[in-house]
Amino acid sequence: MAKIVERPKLTLAEKTYLPQIIGGLKITFKRMLRPWVTLEYPEQRPQLPENYRGAPTLVCDQNGREKCVSCQMCEFVCPPKAIRITPGKIQNPAQAHVEKAPQAFEINMLRCIYCGLCQEVCPEEAIVLQKVFSLNSRTRAALVHDKRRLYELGGTLPDNILKWDKKLEQAKAAEHSTH
Amino acid sequence: MSETDKATQVTINYDGQDVSVPAGYNLVQAAQLLGKEIPHYCYHEKLSVSGNCRMCMVQIGTPMRDRATGEPVMDENGKQKIGWSPKPAIGCATTVSPGLHVRTDNDLVKGCRNGVTEFLLANHPLDCPICDKAGECRLQEYSSQYGRDYSRFVEHKVVKPKHVDIGPRIILDDERCILCSRCIRFCDEVIKESFLGFTERGSHATLSIHPGKPFDHNYSLNTVDICPVGALTSKDFRFQMRVWFLKPVNSICTESSAGVNTKVWSREGRVYRITPRRNDAVNDSWMSDSGRMLYKKCEGSGRLVEPQVGGHHMGSEETLSRIAVLLKNEKAAIVASAFSSVEEQFLLKRLAGAIHAGVHMISHTQKGDGLLISEDATPNLRGALLTGLISRIPSDNLRALGDKIDAGEVETLVCVREDLVQAGLSQAQLDKVNLVYLGTHTPSFAQSANVLMGVPTVFERAGSFVNCQWRIQKFAQAVPPPRGVLSELTILAKLLDLVGACPGVAATLSPAWQQLSKEVPAFAGLSYDSLPDEGALVDGGSLKSLPFVETAHLHYTPNAK
Repeated sequence: MAKIVERPKLTLAEKTYLPQIIGGLKITFKRMLRPWVTLEYPEQRPQLPENYRGAPTLVCDQNGREKCVSCQMCEFVCPPKAIRITPGKIQNPAQAHVEKAPQAFEINMLRCIYCGLCQEVCPEEAIVLQKVFSLNSRTRAALVHDKRRLYELGGTLPDNILKWDKKLEQAKAAEHSTH
Repeated sequence: MSETDKATQVTINYDGQDVSVPAGYNLVQAAQLLGKEIPHYCYHEKLSVSGNCRMCMVQIGTPMRDRATGEPVMDENGKQKIGWSPKPAIGCATTVSPGLHVRTDNDLVKGCRNGVTEFLLANHPLDCPICDKAGECRLQEYSSQYGRDYSRFVEHKVVKPKHVDIGPRIILDDERCILCSRCIRFCDEVIKESFLGFTERGSHATLSIHPGKPFDHNYSLNTVDICPVGALTSKDFRFQMRVWFLKPVNSICTESSAGVNTKVWSREGRVYRITPRRNDAVNDSWMSDSGRMLYKKCEGSGRLVEPQVGGHHMGSEETLSRIAVLLKNEKAAIVASAFSSVEEQFLLKRLAGAIHAGVHMISHTQKGDGLLISEDATPNLRGALLTGLISRIPSDNLRALGDKIDAGEVETLVCVREDLVQAGLSQAQLDKVNLVYLGTHTPSFAQSANVLMGVPTVFERAGSFVNCQWRIQKFAQAVPPPRGVLSELTILAKLLDLVGACPGVAATLSPAWQQLSKEVPAFAGLSYDSLPDEGALVDGGSLKSLPFVETAHLHYTPNAK
């Protein structure tokens, strides 16, 4: 059965629409004089909080040593299986005391869900979610970050402990003491 | 243990529960039997007890008796009092005795384990992220179970040699060594040649080899398996893959007729390592280094993948029909292989019967080592005898077949997994026949073959082998075969169908075994699925008296009744 809806009875002022227009313009002019709350994005960049979780990256320590030792814990813990590591031996004699480093390290940013578990599980603090949030490309392949790209995005994160270097120093000291 | 008389059982009290265990067992074994674990590092069931890690400490007690009269001493409830020893004892060196009481869960025992763990970790490096043992390391496991969650150690750790090259296949990291001496005892007791020993004293004690004597024995990699930590690591597996990514699958080593039980560890279709699987009747816990490297051949180049007919690639269905046409020739012969599984040999026997082809085989012999490499270099010669594919020990060449080819008695030759040129057939003889080759790799005589078809390796298929003890043992598929490779069972079943012998032959294992158990008396009552992991002895019957080449080795004596 059809329901009959009665039109509301409008006053003369309402019928002219003028009070509504004036009310709207009031808000518009009020806002116009207040400070801006939006950013003009590509030109202006947001201030991100310190704990922002952007794209995972690989970092070096202050001596330029790659921190990752390819223990593959991040590969294991990664929920969407975005990480793929090929472990290998360190060839560079200056860092040979660390023995192990990734030969290849790939993070598929099409799969990554920015959960940060890789950063949490890393025993070497080598993988860090940094403030990189705008990843785009015309090809899928370019969004699979390889080792070079990951270090490029990651840069340097100073290490307060330097456990491997300390170990090397102790080994050298022990060698001197026995001779 | 087989040497223990199972009939003699001893009742002990384990954590307040009366249980019956075989006499002669020690407490670590008794706990294992009860489904519990007494943690241990240095104890290994197949080695002597050295009792130096102190991890398996438990409190033991015996029912009290009055010293003067010998009368049992009762408590107020009328039960015999238990005289608990005030100090703990090591479980691995305590043999069960009637009435022995054991406590493994009180504060004393927990304190012992905690203390031992703390002392071991004092000098153990924090190498877990780069250590290949991580994930299967006893020290890791016990540290999380029995250790404390922080370190009280503020001094510097002892510095010892790291990544020491002690042999062609092994790298030693002395800082990780917990001085359990398993590897030393393995060398002294199993391979009976001393390679390793401790030098220095106390916390500076160091495992090392004698200068100038590398640890190059063919069983050296077993020390990597029994090392409870990552002190000894395999060069081949070093930094290849973390163990928690690898999937172990039960398999059998094809190096010799000893039939060593193995585990094949793979990830995403690639085999990373092979380790021995314990079977007290065959290989204990050991296998040879050469057997561990066999997987490399399978992933190497030269694999036969796409079927080829007359040098051109062809689909498998079409190739099979071409083979079937060649098989309809009256003058056909088959060269079978002792590398094929029992099921494959059974189907090949049927095919040979259907096309009235003579079956030839080649024996492969090698130098045995008296341990786990027997003189017969094939895994399944006895399977071929049991399935009736052959009735005698084959000769080491194919001269008889060559003569037949020369006389024009053989026009079609099907060769499975064998090298015909090495077996003594000349190029001229091969060119004379229509040659069908089924094998894993492209053979040297590929240009003479009319049809080439790839078959899977032992890692890429499931089946069973009969070893030199007449023990049938099954192996499972670890990785998929290369794309386009049909299994040998499928190929044979389709050929049987195409030649019109027996249409609808099952190309899978379980139905094949229904026929095998019916038609081969030795396999009566057996099925693939019910075959236990340790294998089952089958009756060789009159075949046992054939002149096999194997001499005595671990758990095998020739002509044993």
